[in-house]
Amino acid sequence: MFLTDTDLQSIWLTLRLASVVTLILFLVGTPVAWWLARTRSRWKGPIGAVVALPLVLPPSVLGFYLLVTMGPNGPVGQLTQALGIGLLPFTFWGLVVASVFYSFPFMVQPVQNAFEAVGERPLEVAATLRASPLDAFFTVALPLALPGFLTAGILTFAHTVGEFGVVLMIGGNIPGVTRVASVQIYDHVEAMEYSDAHRLAAVMLIFSFLVLLALYLWRPNPKNT
Amino acid sequence: MEPIEIRFNIDWPGFSLAVDELLPGRGVTALFGHSGSGKTTLLRCIAGLVRAPKGRLVFQGKVWQDASTWVPTHRRSLGYVFQEASLFPHLTVIGNLRYGQKRAPADIPAEQRVSLDQAIDLLGIRPLLDRKPDRLSGGERQRVAIARALAVSPRILLMDEPLAALDLARKQEILPYLERLHDELAIPVLYVSHAPDEVARLADHLVIMDGGRVLASGPLAATLARLDLPIRLGEDAGVVLEGRITERDTRWHLLKVDCGGVDLWVRDTGVPTDHPVRVRILARDVSIVLAPVAGTSILNTLPARVLSLGEDAHPALALVQLQAGQSTLLARLTHRSADHLHLAPGLPVWIQIKAVALL
Repeated sequence: MFLTDTDLQSIWLTLRLASVVTLILFLVGTPVAWWLARTRSRWKGPIGAVVALPLVLPPSVLGFYLLVTMGPNGPVGQLTQALGIGLLPFTFWGLVVASVFYSFPFMVQPVQNAFEAVGERPLEVAATLRASPLDAFFTVALPLALPGFLTAGILTFAHTVGEFGVVLMIGGNIPGVTRVASVQIYDHVEAMEYSDAHRLAAVMLIFSFLVLLALYLWRPNPKNT
Repeated sequence: MEPIEIRFNIDWPGFSLAVDELLPGRGVTALFGHSGSGKTTLLRCIAGLVRAPKGRLVFQGKVWQDASTWVPTHRRSLGYVFQEASLFPHLTVIGNLRYGQKRAPADIPAEQRVSLDQAIDLLGIRPLLDRKPDRLSGGERQRVAIARALAVSPRILLMDEPLAALDLARKQEILPYLERLHDELAIPVLYVSHAPDEVARLADHLVIMDGGRVLASGPLAATLARLDLPIRLGEDAGVVLEGRITERDTRWHLLKVDCGGVDLWVRDTGVPTDHPVRVRILARDVSIVLAPVAGTSILNTLPARVLSLGEDAHPALALVQLQAGQSTLLARLTHRSADHLHLAPGLPVWIQIKAVALL
């Protein structure tokens, strides 16, 4: 076998995490992107900056704050305990929550740009054609912003696959639960298993290249969709 | 038809709008003015695309806006044609047409309903239905946009300079369709324009705007013939007369048109004899003589009476308002000539009309 069972397990976990996070961010990020693209509120600047924070923060800083917040004495931790969910750190869903924060700008920014490019006019046209704002959002804004959504989805997925620092802070290294591919490679290296590390690293390298290649080659044109 | 009651006050930095008018509930009303005069903003207020605070808008007995009411655009029974066609690029032509048509409320009375076929044929776009907007010419796009606005079966059609983004040839391509709308649709049309030729061809009622205010509002012919218009039309000053064809001269390809007791000879454009026609006479094409002149190439020479004299844009030029039959005409001449002829209100004169355009 080319890859070991634990390698495959870590890859499967990585893909599952990235899929769940991308799906959640489509639902959570779209309204935020819509608001940022269209608001004239003075909060646009501050909110936009907060959304962009994960781009510049070291993952360990983000992971640290999330760990504290979701830990037994943190507000989120106390809430999850009160709700009977238990504590999120060192669980799969803890990783999901952390990754949602970490990948937030990768979803919001391309979608926001796409909504801004659509502009006000098509929505005004839709209103004069008797479409309610919600109707116009789904039948005009979404189809016209579709390329932005595809870019955002691919970037979010790929970025979640590539994360390491936040996973280590929040998820630790539990096989099948939080040990994603990037952590598995780290383990291999720590254990001096360089050939194992090579194999998994090569898989990651090829995967990342293919994703980016798809992104750069396939620029969907909204006029032809 | 009940008039449309509008009252809007907007005070933005660098722009204000203060309008309190009754617009006619039938026919084509042109909102005419230079760019920045507020005509487009007024149209957007009527459509509900701009919300003027403390505004009031009553259309056919329905309050669309007042202190306690705000009907959002998508619940107003209107069609809107934007300056650029603004077709949805992700839909085909027929997809664009159906978008509004299927959202039109079901309770529209049958006689008011515009079917898809009617809209398609009225604008002559049947060969285009399966194309994407980016495969259309500018003129075709605008025709589709007009058909799309009609397909929602609106009670009023709002048009924001629908020809402004087009070149002359495309304009000539669309104008006949707009005239058909005028002839065949019973709904009122508000038509924003800064082009005097479009206004002369299409409008029944003229609202002149400047600096966010209405300077004049009235029937087209009477408003154009006013000497006290606060904006100068310059080369475009002139009148529009309604008439009917009384004689067709096939030898010389001319038509005799009776415009309120004035017989005018115009070039035969092939219009059917029973069709009401409109002619436009520019002030610069009208000259005044004290007695009929023999040996002139000018076809239309008529007796008239001076009504009043006014200023034109240039200090050398005067505008003279004249009565011929029941029609009022404008003539442009120099102050020197007016003085030379001792023109004064009441003076009987002859006018020579160099060109009459059948619209």
